[in-house]
Amino acid sequence: MKDFVLPEADFGTPARAAAAATVTLSIDGQVVRVPEGTSVMRAAAEAGISVPKLCATDSLEAFGSCRLCLVEIEGRRGTPASCTTPVADGMVVRTETDRLAKLRRGVMELYISDHPLDCLTCAANGDCELQDMAGRVGLRKVRYAPGANHVDAETQGAANPLHVPVDASNPYFSYDPSKCILCSRCVRACEEVQGTFALTVAGRGFEGRISAAAPDFMTSDCVSCGACVQACPTATLQEKTVIEQGLPDRAVVTTCAYCGVGCSFRAEMQGETLVRMVPWKGGKANRGHSCVKGRFAWGYASHPDRILTPMVRARIDDPWCEVSWEEALAFTASRFRAIQAAHGKGAIGGITSSRCTNEETFLVQKLIRAVFGTNNVDTCARVCHAPTGYGLKTTFGTSAGTQDFDSVAAADVVVVIGASPTDGHPVFASRLKKRLRAGATLIVIDPRRTDMVKSPHIRAAHHLALRPGTNVAVLTAMAHVIVTEGLVDAGFVAERCEADAYADWADFVAEPRHAPEAVERLTGVPAAELRAAARAYATGVNGAIYYGLGVTEHSQGSTAVMAIANLAMATGNIGRPGVGVNPLRGQNNVQGSCDMGSFPHELPGYRHVGDAAARAAFETAWGVPLDAEPGLRLPNMLDAALDGSFRGLYLQGQDLLQSDPDTRHVAAALAAMDCVVVQDLFLNETASYAHVFLPGATFLEKDGTFTNAERRINRVRRVMAPRAGLADWQVTQRLANAMGADWAYEHPAQIMEEIAATTPAFAGVTYDLLEREGSVQWPCTDSAPGGTPVMHAGEFVRGKGRFVITDYIPTEERTGPRFPMLLTTGRILSQYNVGAQTRRTANVAWHDEDLLEIHPHDAEQRGIAEYDLVRLASRSGETTLRATLSERVAQGVVYTTFHHPGTQANVVTTDLSDWATNCPEYKVTAVQVSRANGPSDWQDEAQARARAGRRVLPAAE
Amino acid sequence: MDLPDDATARRAREIAGAHAGRDGALLPILHDLQAEFGHIPEAARPEIADAVNISAAELHGVISFYTDFRTAPAGRRSLRLCRAEACQAMGGAALWREVLAGLGLDEFGTTPDGRLTVEPVYCLGLCACAPAAMLDGEPLGRVTADRLSAALAGAAPC
Repeated sequence: MKDFVLPEADFGTPARAAAAATVTLSIDGQVVRVPEGTSVMRAAAEAGISVPKLCATDSLEAFGSCRLCLVEIEGRRGTPASCTTPVADGMVVRTETDRLAKLRRGVMELYISDHPLDCLTCAANGDCELQDMAGRVGLRKVRYAPGANHVDAETQGAANPLHVPVDASNPYFSYDPSKCILCSRCVRACEEVQGTFALTVAGRGFEGRISAAAPDFMTSDCVSCGACVQACPTATLQEKTVIEQGLPDRAVVTTCAYCGVGCSFRAEMQGETLVRMVPWKGGKANRGHSCVKGRFAWGYASHPDRILTPMVRARIDDPWCEVSWEEALAFTASRFRAIQAAHGKGAIGGITSSRCTNEETFLVQKLIRAVFGTNNVDTCARVCHAPTGYGLKTTFGTSAGTQDFDSVAAADVVVVIGASPTDGHPVFASRLKKRLRAGATLIVIDPRRTDMVKSPHIRAAHHLALRPGTNVAVLTAMAHVIVTEGLVDAGFVAERCEADAYADWADFVAEPRHAPEAVERLTGVPAAELRAAARAYATGVNGAIYYGLGVTEHSQGSTAVMAIANLAMATGNIGRPGVGVNPLRGQNNVQGSCDMGSFPHELPGYRHVGDAAARAAFETAWGVPLDAEPGLRLPNMLDAALDGSFRGLYLQGQDLLQSDPDTRHVAAALAAMDCVVVQDLFLNETASYAHVFLPGATFLEKDGTFTNAERRINRVRRVMAPRAGLADWQVTQRLANAMGADWAYEHPAQIMEEIAATTPAFAGVTYDLLEREGSVQWPCTDSAPGGTPVMHAGEFVRGKGRFVITDYIPTEERTGPRFPMLLTTGRILSQYNVGAQTRRTANVAWHDEDLLEIHPHDAEQRGIAEYDLVRLASRSGETTLRATLSERVAQGVVYTTFHHPGTQANVVTTDLSDWATNCPEYKVTAVQVSRANGPSDWQDEAQARARAGRRVLPAAE
Repeated sequence: MDLPDDATARRAREIAGAHAGRDGALLPILHDLQAEFGHIPEAARPEIADAVNISAAELHGVISFYTDFRTAPAGRRSLRLCRAEACQAMGGAALWREVLAGLGLDEFGTTPDGRLTVEPVYCLGLCACAPAAMLDGEPLGRVTADRLSAALAGAAPC
């Protein structure tokens, strides 16, 4: 860790569990007490004694290669390395003696004899551990004459065979082998922290060299997570922004705005300019690790495509007209009020954003409920984890995952269902892989052979490669095995769950029609494999289930979530570390946006709008009466727009057109409205249908909080002024005031006070607490003032756990002669959702277009070769994209991502949705694939519309 | 053995498969491959990595660590001359220069006709008979350029 400019303490080796026995020793005359197994180096560091080191850092296990951290220990021969020597009771350690000083100087002399002496012009100047150690040990001269070295490009007029030029192939960091001291920190970070194993030391001795085993980093297995760059003590692996801009001079801890892992980062700044984002070791979600998106893909914040001036237009065919904030908000207010006057209060509504802060989301739903006077509020969670909310509330009593991420380190059997964490939740994936390498058993239930199924040092014990759309059948068959083979945790069920519901459920799943053998033909999962998987989950000590959108985005999404909850309850895998039901939530604040009352039927804290007591709390706080009837869900708003009864929509930070299913339907509904207000960073696809564009602010430009997938409330801190002048919460406040409200929030902390005062699970949350603790997991109440890492510990939130019968009902979306294949969609590591942000960064170097994965056999039948343009058609529509042949998908299944607007994969997806929550069935679409000559008509039209929709009138002179 | 890439990969898969389930299978697999192909073919690498479930980088680290693993085919015969201290003390350095010059080589490597590969080795454990060499796996002691020429003139083991 390059910590010397902006120090974050580095203890040299990882902490050992505090539960272990305590050892007492003396270091330089100080008495030190540390847990057994701690290194002498760490024990010294904890006592404030820093032992010189180069190859040690506390994110990695000790390695003992640099020989700089030598110490003397009474009664022991020689000078052992303090990093690899564990403490022992009564040990007497000296870290500074004449003998040690001489040895250390000798070691440094050797290092420097093969290292460039260009410190003043080096990118790591002032942030280099080698430089610091040379100073620390008092190196004053190097006695070795120049000779063979890795530093000079030429020696004696000829090319130096040992010299390797800089590898700048990665867009974000460079690798300069001439500065390498071969400490192996990068190799070990890639292995221990990230788990990709992309680096190695090639050769040995003087020829040894860090290598990605490929021509360069970009063509290697490297996933650009940045762990190696962070671990490098020199300028060998260095962020290009630091090379270009120099070192930061201040750091602000904030929270990444990409996925639901919610990593804590230090935004390292020069004034108001961001120099680099470095994962914060104190972050409890990520524990000092990052992925390519959070670490590097923040350039969109200063991208020239950012719209920084509000814009309006009378009709969506007109060009945009730049106006002041006042004009834009007055225009919006008058249009919304006019619509309400003509068509009723309920003719307008709004969508909160899972990309914005809790405070902003709270304000948007408050605007809609209290100022619009309607419950027509929904959120993008509708299209991802709404079934999680419904399913877990029904079974456990609360709409959230049960664990913290640390819990995975205690799991013995991990089931990953419908998720590809290495793509969607990479930092969690690294933590999971670490646990798997330590011996936990893995079961993957997924139609695709994802990286979790097999990658270096990871191998799923069971991969149930089911046909898309048969989750419920597979999960119920697992329950059948658990019940009929007597693997139920009867004690847990009797004590913690509703007896009648359990009895009904047990009878139901025990029916022979749910046996693995009976559903094998339907699901495509071999019965023996399914039985083995069910037994492994039920009989492992701690069984944990992690699932993603492959579970929820189905016509039976809610049923599948409840089937998962049933399995966890039946096996007693709830209520302690290492177990649980864990949704891997997609967006940075999708948990928070749901918590904050973004659904039409629920006030903040998941309380039904029909609940008079809950309503009264808000009516008192807000001073207005609230509607007791649920409002329209997003799909209903769109349907109502088409029949003319819904005419105005306020969309904060969601690209409806690209992200929602059945694009043509969405487009027609938007076009039918009188006032569509888009608040976003960029003119997104939806903005083509908007009348008002309000510039958004990035997470760097505002204060607030995000709530991640583990219910952790993390602070987002403003590091620069909003580029368009206002943070998103300020825009919402001014819109509310333009519509007659009288809001006067001066800081998001005041909004959090209002949330805490009105929402029981947040009662104890304050910015002071977050400042003190770093983060807190809700419920945070009087009885749990420090938050709740593991839920349902003594009893379920709803009292007794409720088993729910989960009958498998096949989706109406079926293959037939016209559409014989099944399409399923997903994400890729380097891009994020609709790509509005990541497409505007150098991440396009990894993924610059959506590709259709197709099995080689299916491709051959259709005459499709690698990278051919293919037509992908369903009952809803068609699009074209390029194909890639892959055995990751089974025959009859194709897969693509939806990151690029040019592809518009959602033109193809259908309007079928989850029975309980209307969550769209993105994951199953019957399609046909054939060779194509050019873009589909829809793609041509959409491109023309996007071009037309982005015209801006020059400002009046 | 010189095979097209897909045949090499197939054969590598068979060789790796023979060691399935064995702890520490990587080195035995690499030895078997080198015994069969004379080197570790590039096309075999993905198959080996897959079989023992390690990354391409880790495999490269292992292959490049051991000088005995070759990444390209060697000459038909192999001569290793000891360059370590004891042999140097007994004229090993001069012998090295003499042998290379006799073969028309500037530095160690394979003769242009592919007949012989000459490489340095650091101690064969034959210090008592220095300078030492190893020809096609057979150790030779008290080596001189003449004795080597004679040995090289003899038939190569098949």
